[in-house]
Amino acid sequence: MFTDFIFYFLSGLALYSSVMMLLSKKPIHSVLFLTLTFFAIGGHYILLNAQFLAIVHIIVYAGAIMVLFLFTVMLLNLNKDERSPKPLWVKATAIISGIMLGLVLIGVFRGYDLHLIKHPLESQIGLVKELGQILYRDYMLPFEISAVLFLTAMVGAVLLGKKEQI
Amino acid sequence: MNALNSIPISYYLIFCSMLFCIGVIGVLIKRNALVILMSIELMINSINLLLAAFSAYSNDPAGQIFVFFIMVVAAAEVAIGLAIIVLIYKTTHSIDIDVLNKLKW
Repeated sequence: MFTDFIFYFLSGLALYSSVMMLLSKKPIHSVLFLTLTFFAIGGHYILLNAQFLAIVHIIVYAGAIMVLFLFTVMLLNLNKDERSPKPLWVKATAIISGIMLGLVLIGVFRGYDLHLIKHPLESQIGLVKELGQILYRDYMLPFEISAVLFLTAMVGAVLLGKKEQI
Repeated sequence: MNALNSIPISYYLIFCSMLFCIGVIGVLIKRNALVILMSIELMINSINLLLAAFSAYSNDPAGQIFVFFIMVVAAAEVAIGLAIIVLIYKTTHSIDIDVLNKLKW
């Protein structure tokens, strides 16, 4: 009962803040609403007992990526944004297409059910110890390749930020 | 806690579908390149949550490992995407995608 209430509260908070992210006029408000959405999704991870993913999600998304977005918004100093807004028929078409996509997805998934375990709060596979065993035993190669990917991204970001001509 | 008290998986499916569609609408409506990048991140996050939910309900840890690697790729992508946006702003002084249409015919 209590977990049901937490699920509905977190879902409502995530949906409300993601809609407000689209509706706010200033980009800094959008960044802050998206941070609130990420915190709500982190709460959902804890509800599924995916503890490792919850902590990694909070650290990576709310702690690193959103801070990066905040610095970029503050660096770019965007204040003149009302030059020529998109025409109304474009916005209406986009919203109607998005709602139709949502209706199709919800209509497909409405009756689907899965009763393999009793309660997701009791699942044991999200703990750090279990996930660590599987990550370092079965998925060692993607783990090492992701380190190479990070190195590539770092070199690329530094190269794109250099002042002089390359 | 017995099976009658748990949230059925279809609730997670519906919630993540709605988050995904809000992200799609954000990509189509907004003109600011930063907000478009944020809507793409919202779509990625909805899929991450759905993968983790299915992994918890099926007692299969492969879903959560996959979410871990998706987070890796998303973090690298955001770093490069923001570097590109800052570079575009330095050269053209605008990140409005209606202005940056030089690749069109």
